[in-house]
Amino acid sequence: MLRLPCPLCGLRDETEFTYGGDATRTRPAESETDAAAWHDYVFLRDNPRGPHREYWHHVSGCRQWLVVERNTLTHEIGAAWLAREGKS
Amino acid sequence: MTATRLPTGGWIDRSQSLTVTFDGKPLNAHPGDTLASALLANDVSLVGRSFKYHRPRGIYSAGAEEPNALVTLREGARSEPNTRATQIEVFDGLTARPQNARPSLRWDLGALNQLLSPAIHAGFYYKTFIGPFRGTGFWMRCERFIRKAAGMGEAERKADPDSYEKVNAFADLLVVGSGPAGLCAALAAGRTGARVLLVEQDWQLGGSLLSAPRDRSEAWLQEIERELRSLENVTLLSRTTVFGAYDHDVYGAVERVWDHVEVPPDGQPRQRYWQIRAKQAILATGALEQPLVFAGNDRPGVMLAGAVRAYLNRFAVRAGRQILVATNNDSAYATALDLAEAGSEVTLLDSRAEVPASLTGPLTERGVKVMCAHTVFAARGHERVGGAAIAAVGPDGQALGALDWVTCDLIAVSGGWAPALHLWSQRQQKPRYDSTKACFLPEGGWVETQGCIGAAAGIGGTTAAFAAGLESGGLTPSDAPSLSDAGLGDDWTRSPQQQIPFTGITGRPAGKAFIDLQHDVTISDIDLAEQEGYRSVEHLKRYTTSGMATDQGKTSNLNALARIAQLRGTTIGEAGTTTFRPPYTPVAIGALVGRDCGLHFRPIRRTAIHEWHEANGAVMTEAGPWMRPWYYPQAGEEVTQAYRREAAHVRAQVGLVDVSTLGKIAVQGPDAAAFLNRIYVNGWKTLAVGRLRYGIMLRDDGLVMDDGATARLGEHDYFMSTTTANAAKVLAFAEELLQTAWTDLRVQVTSVTDAWAAFALAGPKARDVLGSLAPGSDLSAEALPNNHWIAADIAGVALRIHRMSYSGELAYEVYCPSGYGRKVWEAILGAGGSFDLRPYGTEAMGALRIEKGHVAGPELDGRTTLADLCLAGFASKKKPFVGSVLKNRPLLQDPLRPTLVGLEIEGERGAKPGSLLFAAEGPTEGHGEGWVSSPTYSPALAKNIALGFLKNGPQRKGETVRIVDFLSDTTLRAKVVSHHFFDPEGARQNG
Repeated sequence: MLRLPCPLCGLRDETEFTYGGDATRTRPAESETDAAAWHDYVFLRDNPRGPHREYWHHVSGCRQWLVVERNTLTHEIGAAWLAREGKS
Repeated sequence: MTATRLPTGGWIDRSQSLTVTFDGKPLNAHPGDTLASALLANDVSLVGRSFKYHRPRGIYSAGAEEPNALVTLREGARSEPNTRATQIEVFDGLTARPQNARPSLRWDLGALNQLLSPAIHAGFYYKTFIGPFRGTGFWMRCERFIRKAAGMGEAERKADPDSYEKVNAFADLLVVGSGPAGLCAALAAGRTGARVLLVEQDWQLGGSLLSAPRDRSEAWLQEIERELRSLENVTLLSRTTVFGAYDHDVYGAVERVWDHVEVPPDGQPRQRYWQIRAKQAILATGALEQPLVFAGNDRPGVMLAGAVRAYLNRFAVRAGRQILVATNNDSAYATALDLAEAGSEVTLLDSRAEVPASLTGPLTERGVKVMCAHTVFAARGHERVGGAAIAAVGPDGQALGALDWVTCDLIAVSGGWAPALHLWSQRQQKPRYDSTKACFLPEGGWVETQGCIGAAAGIGGTTAAFAAGLESGGLTPSDAPSLSDAGLGDDWTRSPQQQIPFTGITGRPAGKAFIDLQHDVTISDIDLAEQEGYRSVEHLKRYTTSGMATDQGKTSNLNALARIAQLRGTTIGEAGTTTFRPPYTPVAIGALVGRDCGLHFRPIRRTAIHEWHEANGAVMTEAGPWMRPWYYPQAGEEVTQAYRREAAHVRAQVGLVDVSTLGKIAVQGPDAAAFLNRIYVNGWKTLAVGRLRYGIMLRDDGLVMDDGATARLGEHDYFMSTTTANAAKVLAFAEELLQTAWTDLRVQVTSVTDAWAAFALAGPKARDVLGSLAPGSDLSAEALPNNHWIAADIAGVALRIHRMSYSGELAYEVYCPSGYGRKVWEAILGAGGSFDLRPYGTEAMGALRIEKGHVAGPELDGRTTLADLCLAGFASKKKPFVGSVLKNRPLLQDPLRPTLVGLEIEGERGAKPGSLLFAAEGPTEGHGEGWVSSPTYSPALAKNIALGFLKNGPQRKGETVRIVDFLSDTTLRAKVVSHHFFDPEGARQNG
């Protein structure tokens, strides 16, 4: 079981969170009308090996969306911060 | 084998005798015995039958690695199959029975399988699948018999009467194992003040020390335990197995709290599942002795040498009188010495050619015959060993001369030791084979918060383990009570011989030579798999099933690799190793579940009116986690009559339904309108305070996610409702958008579902009912038209009345604080008495919405677009919204997509949801042209109707289609009509 450092709640079990996917992708602006841009955002994901940034929703805790640095190879967790503070 | 209990010695309490029964026969046993030691003490040699060949088997080990002595413990609902007799702590009233033997252990019909053994070798299942006859039919017929003939114990079908629980633990240091290394590691860390959790699977601390004579370590153990118990920061957990090591330093352990009594005391859990989060872990899990492989090495009376020593010194059981000790390393010398001192006649065979006199000397002094470069090639005997064939052996494991048969009643074997690095390997790399120490070592790992010490790290010897434990906490041997020298052959890593099966001159054993005792895998199975090209160890393991039984190869993996290496002429390291996975020993599912069963696993949600519904005879139904009134039967009514009556009553008079389960989200902030404008397909900027609007939201991929009404309560204050099923999903999605993408919007979303009770009052007399309750409120069509709300007072409760209709009738939704829900509900029903107001349930509510053509869960199934639902007109063309771009994907524009239609069904019979639609004429093949989503009987139309999706639906109105239900093999005919079956102009709801 992973344990994630929620900036508001402290170190918590993975079971309190919902995985939110790749945090490096950027949602197109609402005014974006290019279907290709939306297609890429919604459907295309890299599957990186090693360091990665991803969203986790502390759904059974403070309900904040977090950006968490996770190494997909080792499960090593780096920094974690509130998603509303930005991607990096 | 003639095993006896010695009159003195050991760690058992001779002052008490316990009533223990095995296979219906009483055993003499004392506190401190395991079931296995009690069986040996009573000279029971035959304890089980093997998995496949039903061969007689005896006790093989003295610990968690036991492959043979699996028994069913207890009787009735508490019975537990496949428990290891070597780990069962005896208790008064213990009953156990053997497994896999019919009609009895001694006369087992299944033993006839041995005659079939040439046909049930490696890959038997796979070969049966593909032949000898085509197809799987033959296999299916055989399976019934095979499943019965092969196998372990049978699971009990009655519910387990005992309870289990879970706890969480946090520690600076977790120490697994309480041998000299583990005890000293816990002591050293404990003295620093760190929070230490020391976990031992046995009920007694000491580990390998307990196998040596008691007087050698008793005082030391007492001293260490006394100090550990005096430290408040140290927790000792015995009878607890750490079975798994998981990411981020989480460990799973099961404590057998009350497994050592017949029935747990009242209110006490039988087992407790520990989830341990440790900053550091020291694995002092010791090493597991490995078998020697030779013909008949599974006969009762062939035992691991270390186990024989443990039975002698810990349990005061001498397992044999005329004993052959066969070894390839130093450790068995200690067994031979202790046995000789206990009066047995001992011969020691060492397969190594060179053995120092310091080892052989003490044995020969005590009359032990020591033969180097010799080993045992075959064991003879049926229910117990009677003799062995010995001969000189070469380095390739083959006999160098003729076999010499000798008489013996016990063969104690040692094929070297395998560090118990399971917990290490579960988290880290595959271990590395060390040919000097002839074992796999936990080396090359990358997890810094976990490490092995002592024998688990491949460090041989008690003194070294003692020092390593202290050193792990920065202490030296002088800092702790001194531990006396462990004696002869203590360091098993000194010059052991690499594992190698012993075969005759031909290279083949003179009979069945077992690699995996528990799964009945022999040398010839490994040979066959190798011959058939299973090169990878992972493939070979699955093909032969070696290492795949409940013991997970604790005594077989190494020898399987040894045989592969022998066949290929390579080293064990090159042959490879398989991956270790949790659990270390089997774990009862009940322990993992704990108290999370039944309603504790899936709690139900009740509305504020729940008790009223029950008290008034409602039949309840599940809607996700919610309980909702399905219908309120009158005398003798079933659901079919009740919902038709209730729905008709709403259209004729007035009805009240509990809709508190709707999701409710407070959307607040200066940018709330902008947020709604983005998340809903329709526009929200013009919605005035005091009004509400139906809205639809899509997912990013352009498919419909949810619908519901949102009211504007104030300047920056909106009240959103969602469907019951999607409440959580919508909230999480709103939070995602606001926190990850639309961070410029000043909006807060909060779930207020539980804060508000909600009731829909529907029917021509709805206004009259409300008017009598809230005389101060103007409810006229002019003052409160559809899609408006007002604050009101009913029964002294401040609440809101939303005018909106789901049923198509004149209707209001009353939102009041949950705590007053019951009061308001009863006040409405009380006032409604003179208007013939009656409650109705979800079934009638569904019938009413289908008559109106409103979509709900069966239509919003995550696969439908706005256009599919004939709701495309709702989407604003003036603004972007979630899904506005991808909803235009070409495939979603296909005019042939099934589209919402109404179906008027001919005849008395209604359709089943999920039935497929086919053209009136033509073949009934494939997936049809659409499906039925929501069928009902319509009281208003007096016929069976349904909502469904049909290819090119809007253009086919008037056409007749067939509704085919393949499950009941029935076909109905229906006319395609508009899905607005009833009052399409909406005159009733707008009146």
